[in-house]
Amino acid sequence: MARLNMVKALNLALAQEMERDRDVLILGEDVGVDGGVFRVTDDLQRTFGSQRVIDSPLAEAAIIGTAVGMALYGLKPVCEIQFSGFAFQCFHQVENHAARYRLRTQGRFHCQMVIRMPYGGGVRALEHHTESEEQFYAHIPGLKMVIPSGPRNARALLASAIRDPDPVVFFEAKALYHAAKEEVPDEPETFPIGKARVVSEGRDLTLVAYGAMARVALEAAEQVRAEDGAEAEVIDLLTISPLDRETIVRSVAKTGRAVVVHEAARSFGPGAEIAASIMEGAFLSLEAPVRRVTANDVAFVGFAREKAHVPDAARVVAAVRETLAF
Amino acid sequence: MPRTVLEPRFQVEYLSILDSDGNLDTALEPKLSDDELRALYRAMVLGRRLDERMVRLQRQGRIGTFAPIKGQEASQLGSVFTLRPTDWMVPSFRETAAMIRRGWPIEKLLLFFAGYLEGGQPAPDQHDLPVTIPVATQLPHAVGLAYAVQYRGDDAVVMVYFGDGATSEGDFHEALNFAGVWQVPVVFVCQNNQWAISVPLKKQTHSKTIAQKALAYGVPGLQVDGNDVLAVHAAAREAVDRARAGDGPTLIECVTYRLGVHTTADDPTKYRSEEEVRAWERKDPLTRFRAYLEKKTLLEDGLEQRVDADIAAAVARFEAMGPPDPLTLFDHLYAELPPHLAEQRAELERRLRAGAAPAAPAPETPPSATPMRGQRLTRR
Repeated sequence: MARLNMVKALNLALAQEMERDRDVLILGEDVGVDGGVFRVTDDLQRTFGSQRVIDSPLAEAAIIGTAVGMALYGLKPVCEIQFSGFAFQCFHQVENHAARYRLRTQGRFHCQMVIRMPYGGGVRALEHHTESEEQFYAHIPGLKMVIPSGPRNARALLASAIRDPDPVVFFEAKALYHAAKEEVPDEPETFPIGKARVVSEGRDLTLVAYGAMARVALEAAEQVRAEDGAEAEVIDLLTISPLDRETIVRSVAKTGRAVVVHEAARSFGPGAEIAASIMEGAFLSLEAPVRRVTANDVAFVGFAREKAHVPDAARVVAAVRETLAF
Repeated sequence: MPRTVLEPRFQVEYLSILDSDGNLDTALEPKLSDDELRALYRAMVLGRRLDERMVRLQRQGRIGTFAPIKGQEASQLGSVFTLRPTDWMVPSFRETAAMIRRGWPIEKLLLFFAGYLEGGQPAPDQHDLPVTIPVATQLPHAVGLAYAVQYRGDDAVVMVYFGDGATSEGDFHEALNFAGVWQVPVVFVCQNNQWAISVPLKKQTHSKTIAQKALAYGVPGLQVDGNDVLAVHAAAREAVDRARAGDGPTLIECVTYRLGVHTTADDPTKYRSEEEVRAWERKDPLTRFRAYLEKKTLLEDGLEQRVDADIAAAVARFEAMGPPDPLTLFDHLYAELPPHLAEQRAELERRLRAGAAPAAPAPETPPSATPMRGQRLTRR
């Protein structure tokens, strides 16, 4: 056991998976000598060599495109896209090929690969460095979409993603990189992809969140427990796609009320899919409409105004109170 | 201070061995055995005649839209003939003849163009990627494959195909750049057929050649008469040997011409002249290679009939296949079927069963004549 922040925890997962499997390699911009702009791949090139930790030329489409080719050959590339706001330059490779190769070749080839990208606000970064656009990837059949919420689950889910036979888009909340340290087991650990976790039990309302918003939801749950005596059950999704509808529906069937929190824009965001799943699975248990606490439907506004944009605990508490009072 | 020359002037070479008038440069003539020459010609005839057959199949509605290869047989077969089965071939969507040479059964390609992804499934031991339609997106895959070959220390070369239009895409430039930086064993074969649907080469690029685009990436580039199968073979042989020796990638530009339509959904009379097409028909790759073989007395009697019989047998096998089970559409999205897809699969299964079952009995009370709010008044 060691107390690690999320950067060190992710680095541990990468190092252990590379140790375990020679087919695992890393490519991306500045991932080698520099160890990545957030240092997630720190020291890995020194340990595993420049053939396995590749400082690629600066071109997102070719990073993903060549990784697809490597995966078709049987390697297991882990790509780093420096910021998720730059991933539109490789979106066609993700959608047309990484996600579809198994289908396109009816199982003859598949892309066992991970696409890591930092996402989200809260770190005073420039334009195009703060997006939370997981809905694009969650919408693509053939992909899996994972967003951890802390050091331990980040490490375990990244290990699972690397071992997963399907392509996984792995979002890392920049706001969480250095936010907290957690006990992380020394021995390799994996968590199942596609399973949400109930991180705090309650009977009055269900809060559904993930990534950096999981902490915000927990904070709000603690506040309403202390101030209102209401018990919110908090679900940390961990995987966005495939969505663990069963855990969400089971919880809402018990509580009758739900608030979804995400940093992505509201319209057509994950909250819409979650609300629809609740309607389909727990309609007769609902005591109030499902609320969404999300970013506004505007492109990321620049860090000077991000407090008005990214949900915080106060907004979640307000939504919880309104939903309880409905 | 005066400007200094950092690079000596680049030179872009053009290779031609057997021209359209039948002139042969014997010094450059590749040393191919009689059997290889016969196989090459047979593959070209098969490519041409299958193409014609497929156009008829499409017009009859037996397959969907496809991209004919007529006129490009030498470009794709001269190059693909330099590969070993253990090498990798990465096609775009106009390499039918090359794909057959690589072992794709004709009926499988027909299945693909009939709308079934089963037609895109390479055999388990086949080192080939499927038809890829989004232009130029397959180029980085070839570079990644080549990286993996080198990483594993395997003895293989990757050959990737694309057209002149693809050279305007970012993926083309990124792939060449990565291949140059990584020095991986990949051969880029551009079939410059002069037209990207309706856009001629002069509107695609201001470069004099496509071959020269490689030079900016530190990669050798060579332009070759793409209707001269001997020249294409010689150029590809050189590039494949270079890649296999560990000396990195090459770009070959095959100057050829699409004698037919872009796809069967295209009408080229809208954008190009009959005279232009006729001028290129005089440079037909089959005509000059046939004359070359005739001189060598290597032409086989009854070749066309045998090729047609093979095509007819493949078409018969294709038509005997029958439609695959619609439920299999969920089979290959993920390694394991996730719960939401299992649900959608069950839903489709119920619909299919209901469709096959007799119509549901009429409801006991007929719907009222007055429509409810929001109810459709029109019947669809």
